[in-house]
Amino acid sequence: MAQQVVFIILSLVIAFFSVMAVNSKHVIRSTVYLLFVFLATAGLYLLLGYYYLFGVQVAVYAGGIMILFIFAIFLTNKPIDYETTKLPVSKIIAALTAVGGIALSAHVVYYNIRRVATLGPIADLNPQQLGHVMLGTEKYNYLLAFETLSVLLLACVVGAITVARKR
Amino acid sequence: MGESILTASQAYIPLEAYILVSLIMFFAGVYGFLVRRSVLLMLISVELMLNAADLNFAAINRYLYPEHSEGFFFALFTIAIAACETAVAIAIFINAYRNLQSVKVNSISTLKE
Repeated sequence: MAQQVVFIILSLVIAFFSVMAVNSKHVIRSTVYLLFVFLATAGLYLLLGYYYLFGVQVAVYAGGIMILFIFAIFLTNKPIDYETTKLPVSKIIAALTAVGGIALSAHVVYYNIRRVATLGPIADLNPQQLGHVMLGTEKYNYLLAFETLSVLLLACVVGAITVARKR
Repeated sequence: MGESILTASQAYIPLEAYILVSLIMFFAGVYGFLVRRSVLLMLISVELMLNAADLNFAAINRYLYPEHSEGFFFALFTIAIAACETAVAIAIFINAYRNLQSVKVNSISTLKE
């Protein structure tokens, strides 16, 4: 029961703030709303029992990416920078697309998923097992993805410095 | 009918609820990507969509295959890739702002000034 109450609160926070994040006039306010969405998603991971994913979500998304966004906004926007008003026609078309997509996908999900889902006991995933799965070479282990990701991170660091530095 | 009563009496959160939440998040991102004209807000919309995909991975893994952890690791790697993508995109925006004094997509129409 307590889980359901927490889930309802978190999902309302996500629904409200993700709509506000794309509708707000100030860019900085959208960023703060996005931060609330990320934190509520981290709460959902906690509710699912994935504690490591909760930590990664808070550290990487709510910590790192938000700082990047805030710095980028302060570097590229005038102090008060309103979005220019657009034609309402394209807004209506986009809203219709979004609502239609939600309706179609919700219909498909409602009629197909409710038969197969059960909440079984979670597999024990302590940090030791996590390290073995990430750095193992057997079946269902992820050494190749892990190392590829480290190369990608290095490429991103070099690329970001090369692109953004002054000439 | 009997199934639904059994499901309600067990009192857990159904999988559809998680998928509905991530649906709302995803299509808020789609709407923002179509409507907003500032590249930073378009990037925020893309982040919303990626976050919805992560939530789907984690929820479906937890409900359908709780003895494995493929979705968990997919979500983990997706978060890392999203961080890379954001860093490079913001570097490009800062460079574009230095050259063009604007980050609206209407004004970024030339590759070289």
